[in-house]
Formats: sequence, structure tokens, C-alpha cells
Amino acid sequence: MALKIVKGSIDRMFDKNLQDLVRGIRNHKEDEAKYISTCIDEIKQELKQDNIAVKANAVCKLTYLQMLGYDVSWAAFNIVEVMSSSKFTYKRIGYLAASQCFHESTDVIMLTTNQIRKDLSSPNQYDTGVALTGLSCFVTPDLARDLANDIMTLMSHTKPYIRKKAVLIMYKVFLKYPESLRPAFPRLKEKLEDPDPGVQSAAVNVICELARRNPKNYLSLAPLFFKLMTSSTNNWVLIKIIKLFGALTPLEPRLGKKLIEPLTNLIHSTSAMSLLYECVNTVIAVLISLSSGMPNHSASIQLCVQKLRILIEDSDQNLKYLGLLAMSKILKTHPKSVQSHKDLILQCLDDKDESIRLRALDLLYGMVSKKNLMEIVKKLMLHVDKAEGTTYRDELLTKIIDICSQSNYQYITNFEWYISILVELTRLEGTRHGHLIASQMLDVAIRVKAIRAFAVAQMATLLDNAHLLTGNMQRNGICEVSYAAAWICGEFSEHLENPMQTLEAMLRPKVATLPGHIQAVYVQNAAKLFATVLKSQEGNTDSTAAQETSQLMIERLPLFVQSANLEVQERASCILQLVKYIQKLQQKDVEVAEEVSALFAGELNPVAPKAQKKVPVPEGLDLDAWINEPPSESESEDEQPKAIFTKEETKHSRPRHIEVDEKELARRREARKQEQANNPFYIKASPSSQKVYQDTPGVEHIPVVQIDLSVPLKVPGETQHQGLPMSDQYVKLEEERRQKERAEKKKKEKKKRKEKRSGRGKKHDSGPESEEDITPAHMVDIVTEEMPENALPSDDDDKDPNDPHKALDIDLDNLGEMAGRRPLADSEKLPVRSHRAVEAAKSPGEDGDAETVATQQPKKKSGKDKRDDKKKDKDKERKKSKDEKKKKKHKHEEKEEDLLRGEVHEPVVQSEGISQVAELPTSTSAEVSDLDFWLSNAPVPSNTQEAATVAAAEAPVAEVVSGAAQDSEPDEPKDTEMEETKSSKHKKKKQKKEKEEKEKKKKKRHHHHHRHSDGGGEESVQNGTVEEEEPLPSMSNYCLLAENSYIKMVYDIQGNLQDGSQVVVSVIFENKCDSFLKSMEFNVLDSLNSKLQRPEGSGPHDGLTVPFQLPPGVSNEARFVFTVQSIVMPQKLKGTLTFIVKNEESSTHEKLDFKLHFTCTSYLITTPCYSDAYAKLLESGDLKGSSLKLEGVNMPFHHLLARICFHHHFSVVERIDSCSSMYSRSIQGHHVCLLVKSSGQTVSIDAKCDEPTMLGNVLDEIKQTFSQC
Amino acid sequence: MIKAILIFNNHGKPRLSKFYEHYSEDTEQQIIRETFHLVSKRDENVCNFLEGGMLIGGSDYKLIYRHYATLYFVFCVDSSESELGILDLIQVFVETLDKCFENVCELDLIFHVDKVHNILAEMVMGGMVLETNMNEIIMQVDAQNKMEKSEVSWTPPVPCMCMT
Repeated sequence: MALKIVKGSIDRMFDKNLQDLVRGIRNHKEDEAKYISTCIDEIKQELKQDNIAVKANAVCKLTYLQMLGYDVSWAAFNIVEVMSSSKFTYKRIGYLAASQCFHESTDVIMLTTNQIRKDLSSPNQYDTGVALTGLSCFVTPDLARDLANDIMTLMSHTKPYIRKKAVLIMYKVFLKYPESLRPAFPRLKEKLEDPDPGVQSAAVNVICELARRNPKNYLSLAPLFFKLMTSSTNNWVLIKIIKLFGALTPLEPRLGKKLIEPLTNLIHSTSAMSLLYECVNTVIAVLISLSSGMPNHSASIQLCVQKLRILIEDSDQNLKYLGLLAMSKILKTHPKSVQSHKDLILQCLDDKDESIRLRALDLLYGMVSKKNLMEIVKKLMLHVDKAEGTTYRDELLTKIIDICSQSNYQYITNFEWYISILVELTRLEGTRHGHLIASQMLDVAIRVKAIRAFAVAQMATLLDNAHLLTGNMQRNGICEVSYAAAWICGEFSEHLENPMQTLEAMLRPKVATLPGHIQAVYVQNAAKLFATVLKSQEGNTDSTAAQETSQLMIERLPLFVQSANLEVQERASCILQLVKYIQKLQQKDVEVAEEVSALFAGELNPVAPKAQKKVPVPEGLDLDAWINEPPSESESEDEQPKAIFTKEETKHSRPRHIEVDEKELARRREARKQEQANNPFYIKASPSSQKVYQDTPGVEHIPVVQIDLSVPLKVPGETQHQGLPMSDQYVKLEEERRQKERAEKKKKEKKKRKEKRSGRGKKHDSGPESEEDITPAHMVDIVTEEMPENALPSDDDDKDPNDPHKALDIDLDNLGEMAGRRPLADSEKLPVRSHRAVEAAKSPGEDGDAETVATQQPKKKSGKDKRDDKKKDKDKERKKSKDEKKKKKHKHEEKEEDLLRGEVHEPVVQSEGISQVAELPTSTSAEVSDLDFWLSNAPVPSNTQEAATVAAAEAPVAEVVSGAAQDSEPDEPKDTEMEETKSSKHKKKKQKKEKEEKEKKKKKRHHHHHRHSDGGGEESVQNGTVEEEEPLPSMSNYCLLAENSYIKMVYDIQGNLQDGSQVVVSVIFENKCDSFLKSMEFNVLDSLNSKLQRPEGSGPHDGLTVPFQLPPGVSNEARFVFTVQSIVMPQKLKGTLTFIVKNEESSTHEKLDFKLHFTCTSYLITTPCYSDAYAKLLESGDLKGSSLKLEGVNMPFHHLLARICFHHHFSVVERIDSCSSMYSRSIQGHHVCLLVKSSGQTVSIDAKCDEPTMLGNVLDEIKQTFSQC
Repeated sequence: MIKAILIFNNHGKPRLSKFYEHYSEDTEQQIIRETFHLVSKRDENVCNFLEGGMLIGGSDYKLIYRHYATLYFVFCVDSSESELGILDLIQVFVETLDKCFENVCELDLIFHVDKVHNILAEMVMGGMVLETNMNEIIMQVDAQNKMEKSEVSWTPPVPCMCMT
């Protein structure tokens, strides 16, 4: 044996370790891949050995190779082996490897569950730590579900080292298994006040991550965080909290107001730049949320801007960058305060750091105004010239265009200037954004009518000069510009000074080197130009000119007919034939110009980008459906050559088509127009675009100007020689224009102002030299982008449905409070391993329990083995029922979700809340919710909150004590207060063979019994039938119904939320004797008001058979549904249970009388209520009041509340000190509101309800509850 | 959240890669290459933030890096992290390495990447900052190393461990 060890060690000496591997790789630079592959072979050998040290060494090397990009997933199983080594050294290697290469689809992860669980509970804190670290990297939904409870336990570990890791990893668990959030949240919240700063920081970290995605659910934590913020000195924690507040303030403006002061203090006091920066950021967020109507925060804005300026001016590039970043946030709401720092930002454009320049550019976008646009753009143009890298230059280019075109060219006052800027941009070499420039040109030319003449002139020059640029135009995207130029010249050819020249330019042979889609536009627009030229020439006496033009076309077009591009080819040949025909007519001296230009009559209007999307799909049309059956693969292959053949055919037949005469064309055009007019889906040219813009609101007041002819329209070619770039001249001209306007304005002040409003087409004047009144030289004709008539409402969906954080949108508000509002449902509890739940078997019945649990355990893990196990002891019928229940469970969960959502959507506290509450009979402070209260400015002793929270947390524990929960397990974690309130007081024995329905109930009972330890997700199976939808806490409310020597009955009554006239009576029958009880029949004497629901066909006096038999010592539960009419009064129903007692010798018939007591409480249903809704309810005045005084109540206030919640189905709305408001609702929708105040031993309860009789009875019952204790 | 932590040298050779989200090995290498490309072409005295590359990140993510002698330390983080905070964290990380390796240099990282991982694990866990106090980190790392030594003591020392 010893020899073996030594031998193994010696072997190891010859193994490569990680260092050797690294060294080897470094020595084999030439053939690294080959060397590594031999190493991998060695590793594979090592992994086959039994020695765990060798394996660990191999895995360690694999981890390194993984980093180099080698897939090592094949060794996943070996990694698991190393992970499960008992030695920390190897375990750590294993977990590291797993964290580097395991992921959700690694199948061996399944095998790790138990190992990880073992490590988590290891006495060695570093085993636990390593397991947690590893798990944080590869946790899967399955692992999260199975281990959530173990990790939650670790959150209360004695070692802070473990606590902080456990707290952090919970976030990953939440992500993978959202159901764990609610049960774990109270503990997480508790950790915010952990004595260890590391744990506290971890908790803050997790909650911040959670809150960032779903801030509204965490608003209620604001007071706690506020306290932390004002007390903590850890900058990390502070930064996180301040960031969190930044996310919360938009939801609650009052929070912002409260924050401003401490934040400003921090800004003034802190020396840490990181903290300062985050404070400024959050103050900005606050200011944004307050931006509506909060005038006196200008000081804060000034402070922020000031501090940011300091950051930007700092020599540290990081601070500069962040300063600019934050500045851009202020810009959105307070542009004015940023604009005053324009100088600084323009300086940043000169910075050597590209990130900073880009940030500055972003800022500029928001800083432009009519006044400074030209100046800023001019500066940017200078940068464009200086810029070295194309990326940055392209960025500048897009920014220039963005800046100018933003909000519908809002800031452009002179479009001539803009067009010349665009033209200048075309001279950029190597830009990728030719397309962008082109679309801007098109957009401006189409939408700004007044500029068309100018634009056309510019474009004509561009076309003329195009040949100079074509060489390098081809390579880069700039040639797209010729697309725009050609189209503009063609479409608006009436504005051309010399159309003939442009026509020639468009038909140059060089054009054929342009990309196809551009050539196509050239050809088409050449035809338009041709029409224009023809028109002008035909008017002249000399008809030869017109014929020469046709000749030119006929000569040049064949070049395009030969184009390889189909589009070009097709258009060219169409037009060629048309021109030939025209030529024929011309030779006969027929005037054709009119008809030819009719081809291109009409105006094109821009279509909104979303128009197509907004066309509603007609009913019954499935766009995804095949119109024809899709051809099979092979068929389509066969068709390929055929398609080519037909293409050639069309070519031959083309001439035929073109020979349709002009009249026919006109007729067809007319027909088409008709058809289009009748077709609702065709986007029509608006009947009069003129009208459209007159009607456009907001544009109305801008006067349209005739182009001021004192500013001569210069042909770009001529302007060049003046030495200035053209756009600069327009800057000058614009200056002059503005000055002139100002001067004129001075001359006649009042009149002008009036005229300005009404006068259109007049020479416009301008107001004072304020931003708004700089009038644009041209009207942006917002030829409103057209939309289909019945456009669908906006359907933008910005949320990613796959976002894992969506699942974490869970209401957590009510968790820390009393057992009331929305306690954890069974289904929400974390799955726990079952062996903890099983008590030592006490009876046959208990045995049954254990078996059930055992059968459920594997199901939790895989869900596959479930059935096999079950077969062993349950019959088939049962299995079926189980499946059924499973289905129901899903339904239940859905419903629950809806409920949640409903809660979440309720308006967060409204500001009126406080004043409304003032109407209440007690002090205001007692009525507002914690958050409201905190947000209101009433003075609070700083520890009130704390005390309340602590008290609330303690309450359920106390309840357990007083409620005499009998089952306590040795290794039960002490943190299950929440659950325990609901745990049953009753012990119950079970029977093995039962019918379907009974089965559910049995399990439910069982479940309550063991709830705190085995309330797994699967357990909620029984939450299915209608009668079982009531909230659970009341389950433990059983009281004695009747008892004799054979049997004991206890019962509980619960309202049915679904049906206002139904209550469910659950009766637990317990066999107290040694005989078998069977044929139990339950019967009640109906009253007028209340009736037992009997199966159809049975008479009104028939009893109901209890659907099970009771072996000795066993208990089981049955439910009976009653219909009630009025619920305002309590009532009693007499009834009888008959049954047969059977033992070996004899069987006797026995009966037991009982009185069912329907209290008014039993008609109440625990319903959560938000404080604002509560306040509104009280304010409505529909409620009648009543009150009650209890003397000598000797219990802590929270016990008292817990009791009321527990026994009378109330929920706590809010609680302040020894004063609490509570709410409940009856099954018929009566609201019952309580205000409970305690002073010394006296408890006073003020109550309001819309049904006074009922209220009186409820109060009596409450009184009785307390008189019993 | 921190999405990834990368350390590579001036030539783009990875010295440590820790991804807190799963990527295939190929993508990981691509990300490292891309990040190196982005970071390496930046001057020394420019800011330490840059908008993430195409592969890692997207609009919400930032690369925050520091350059020490031959090594780049790059953190890819989302907007819930404070930029300056992460810069501090990188500093803490490097100082911790310096203490643990006694004058850390690239070779330490090359030959002991596993140790670097262990140190990192005490600072960042599953993409969230676990501890920022250097003394605490060093204490935990030392305690674990001690434990490891006590376990390994019976096996002969692995040859050629010392290398500076």
C-alpha cells in the first residue's frame, strides 16, 4: 500500500504540472497547436488514472487550455470528480474548472447537486466558499431550485465570509429560479442591516441589481436605504445606494425632494470623485423627475453643472469623460444651463481622446439652437477637414447631419446653407455615408418646396462634376449622392436653368460605371428631363432642336440597354422604344411634348417610415400562410433553368409592349389612377400638399418667404472663386438677413407683429433676437409623412420578452409585514429535501405520510421517476388524480401571477394620500403607510421604523408560540416565521386508500403539518379546486365541532372568493376509538338563509356521505359547501353525523349531533389593501363607523395584530408604533376597516364598514377572541 | 454587474479570462481579440472607458481598463457599476496581486493563472463585487493557501515551482 502511494507520487513527478505546460507552450512557439494536442493526449491519460492528485493536476491544466480557446467540455465528468474530492486543494481546482467551462447545457451539472449541497454544509468555511463561488458561475434553474433553501440558510451563517457569499449568490438564484425571490426576500432585507459591512454591501448589491430592473417593487425599501445612505461610510455601498435612488426617483417624486439635501451635502463634503460623480448623477435624475414645476431647484442644477464643469476641466481624462456623460443627462431637461458651457464643450472637440470627442459631439446635438446651429456646424466642418481616422470623420459627418435634421429641421433657418453643407460633405473621401447624405438631399428637396430651385441648381452642378469624382466615387459610398442628384434634377427639372446640359451629363458613357441602382435612376430621370427639354423646345419655331434631343437619347440609351443590371436594362429599353416612337411622330411634325410630360405628371409625397407597418392586416388574411403549396426541394431545382429561359423570352417580346400608343398609355394611366383612388391601401399623393402644410399645426406661424432676391442665387461653380467655401457665404448671408430683419422690425414694430401672424408669402420680419424668433428663410413644408388611413396605434415594444429580469418583477412589499397581506403561498416556498420533514413514524398513518413525501422527493429532481415510485403504493386512480392536480396547479399559478400584476399596477402612493387620511378619527401619522409617512415631512423619531420592522418580524414567531404549533423539528431553521403562522395546529393521521377528492385534502393537511420544512413547489398541487383558493393562514383556525368517545370533529369555515354566496366548511374527522368507522353521513338542517349544497337529485333533507372511512387513530378532512344569502348576521345550523362503528365482533350505528356556527368572521377574506386605496375608501363616506374597547389585554401589540389577522382574516394596511390600520373584505364585497390602537392594557378599535350590522357582529367576535385569552 | 474580466498582454495574449456569462470558446477568443484591438490602439493618456465592442456588451455595457506595464486589465461592466469605482477595483486587484506575488510581473500571471483566479474569486463573485478591502482579500487568500499547504504537505514538492 505504502509502496503504491510512493509509486503514485513518483509518477506524479514525471507528470507535467501547469507550470511545465505553460513553459512547454512558450518553448514551442512554432508548433504550438501540435504541442498542445500532445499535451491534451497526456491529460487524457492522466484523467484515466485513479489518483485524484493526478486528475486534479490534469484538470488544472485543462483550465489553462480553456483560456487559450480549447474546448474542454469533454472532461466535464472528470471535473465533477475533482470537485468532489475531499481535499480542499483539489476541490478548488475542480470548482475553478467548472466555473470556467460549465454552462446551462452541460449535462453533468445534474450530477453535482448533491456534491454541492454537501460542500455548502461543510464545516470548513472555505469548502463552502469555494462551492458558492463556483456555483455563482454555473448555476442552472435546476440547481437554483434544489439549492435555494440551502443557500438561504447560509445567509444566516455565523461566518460573515459565508454570509456575504450566500447573499450575493442569491441574485443568481433569483435569476434562474424567480419563485425563490419572495420567500428569500425578508431575509435578504434583514441582511441590509447586517453587522458585517461586507455582508451589508453584498445585500445592497443584490437589492440594487434587483431594483434596477423592477424599481417599483422596491420603493418601500427607500426609508431603509435612506438610513443607510446617511449612516454608511463605505463608499462602495454609498455609490450603490445612490445609484439605486437614481432608479427609484422617477417613480416617486417626493423621494427626490427628500434626497436633494443629503445628496447636496455629500457633493459638498466628499473627497471621493467616484462618489461625487454618482451623487451628481442621482441629483440629475431627481431633477429630471421633478422637472415639472419645481422652480427652486435651479440652485441644485447650478451646483451640478458647476461640479461637472470642474470634472470636465480636470486634466484626468476619465473625469472629463464622465463629466461630459453626466452633462448630456442634464441637457435633456435643462438645456439652457448646459448651453452656457458651449465653449467648454467645443474645446473638448479638440481633445486628443476620441471617446471624449464623441461625448462632446453627443452633447452638441442637444445644444444647437437656431441661433448657433450654423456656427456649431461650421466648427464641425473644420473638424471634418482635420480629422484623421475615417471612423471619427464618419462620426462627425453623421453628427452634422443628425444635428441639422433633428426634429424636422427645427433649427435650420436657411436651407440654402444646408444644401451647400451637404454638397461640401460629398467631397469627403472614403466616407461610408454617401447614402445618408443622399437621403438628406432627397428629403430636403422634396419637403422644402422653396429650396427646390436652389437644390436643383446644386445637383445639376454635382452631376456635371460627377465625372471628376467617379473614379474614387465607385469605391466608396459617396456615389450614392449621384443617385439623389439625378433624381432631384429629373423630378424637379422645371427648375433647371439648362436642362439640356444636365441631360447630357446624365447620359455620359462614364455613368455606365456606376452601380446598377444608380444607373437605373439616371435612365429614368433622363426620360423625365427629356420630357422637360422637349416641352421647352417645342414651343420654339425651330423644331430641329427637339429632334436633335431625341436623337441624342437614341444614341446614348443603347449603352444602358446593354447593361448587365436588369433594372437598368429594362428601363433603358422601354425608354429607348418610347423615344424612337416619339421621334417618328416628330418627323411627322406632331406635337408630343404635352403627352410625354404627362408620363411624369403628378407629385410624389414622402411616406412615413412606419406607414407600411401600420397598414392593418385585413381580417382573415394570414400573411404567413402559403398562397400555393410550397414546391418541394427537387422541383425548385428543376425550375431554375426554366426561369432563365423565360427571362430571355420576355426580352424578345418587349418591343410589342412598348408599341402601345400614347392614348392607350393615357387610358391605362387613368384606369390605374381610378383603381388607386378606390384602393384604400394605396398611399395616395395628397390631393393638395399645399393644404396639408397650411393645416399643419405649429408650422402655421412661420411665415413663408419668397427667396430673398437681394441674396443672389449663385450658381455654385461661380461661387467657388470667392475663396470661401460655399456654406460660409450662406452663413454670412444669413447673418445679413437676420440683421436686416432686425432693422426692419425696429422700423415698424406693432404692425409688423400682426402681419407676421397673418401674412404669408410676405417678406417676413423677425421678433426680438431671441431663439424662437429667428425666422427660417424657408418654410419646411412638412408635407406630412403619409400614413395609411386606418393606421394601427403605435405598437412599439421596447421590452425584450426574453429578459430574465422580467420574471423577477415580483411584488415584495407585503413580505416583511404581518401575516396578513399576501403571505407566501405554499407554491412559493423553497423546495427542501424531504428527509428533514419526515418525523419518526408514530402510526401507520404517519408511515403513509413518509411514503408520500418520499415519492415526492425524486419528482422534485427529475419528475421522471415520480410515477414509478408511486405505483409501488398507490393505485392508478390516484395517479390520474395527481396529474389532474398538476394541471390545476398551473392554472392556479397563472391566476396568482395575474393577481400580482394587478397589485403592481396599482398606482404608487399618490400625493393626496396624506390629506385624505386626515379625515380619520385618529392622528394622521398613524394612517399613512410607512413610505408615505416617511416621505411626508412629519417628524419621526429615527428608530420608529426600525422598531416597527423588528416588531413586525417578531410577530409571527410569537404567533407560533401562542398558536401552539406542536411540531418542531430539531434541525428546523429558525427563520421560517412567515410560514409558521400558517402551520396547522392539528395533528392528523392518514389513511392509505382514499378517493380522489379526499386525496387532495389529505395532502393538504399533511402539508400544513410539515409546511416549514417540506413546502416544496410540488406541494402546491392541491391548490386546485375552487374551494381551495382561499388564503391559507386561516387554515389553522379549526375549532371543535363535536366530540364523543368514537369521533372528534373540528371545523373551519372559509368564504369563497369566486362566489359571493358560498362558504366552505372543512371538517376534520378523527377516529378516537379502536374500531373502524365507516359509512359516515353528514347532514345539516338547512335554514332559510343557509343551505348545504347537495348533489343534484338528492332531496333537501338527505345527508352527504363522507367519502372516506377512518381506521383507528386516523383523521381525515372533508369539505362541505354551503350557500348563504345574507352574511350580515352570524348563525348556527344544527346537524348530525351518523356513522357505523365496526370491530371484529360487531358493528354499531352511532350518531353525533353538532352545531355549525357561521360567524361573520368566516365570511371575511384576507385581502391586501394599499394605503392609498384604503384612504380613498375611508374618504368616500360610504362607511358607517362603530367602535370597541378591550380592557385588560395583556399581550404585545404585534401579537394582538397577529391575532386579529389570523382569526378574523384581516390584513395590516399600515402600522405605526402601537397603532395600526387593518382591512378585510367579505365574500360579498363589504369593506371592513379597522383602526387598532393600544395604550397600556387598553385596546381601542375603531371600525368602519358599509354594513353596520355585520360590523357589529365582527366586532363582537373580535371581542370574544380576546376575552378567551 | 460585471460581464467579464480579461487580462492580456501588450500583444493580446490572454493571461486570464473570466466570463460571467457563457460564451463558446471560440466566441471568447474573438471577444478577447476584439477587446485587445479596441484597447491597444488607444493612447496612454486617454480616458479608461470605452463603449463595448460588438461581441461583448452592447449599448448598456462599457469597457473599463487599466494598462500596467505589459498588461491590460479590462473589465466589461453594465451601467449599474460606477465607472470610477471599477477603476478603483482594478487598482485594488493589482495591488492585491502585488502583495500576494511580491512584486507581481507578467510571468507570475503566466505561470500561476490558477492563483490569480483564486484571488479574483475573493473580489468578484458571479459578476458582482464581493469584497473591496484589500486586507480582507489577502487574509482569505492566505488562509486558503495555508490550508492547501497543510493538505499537500505529505506529497513531495512539485519540482521547478520557483520561477521569477
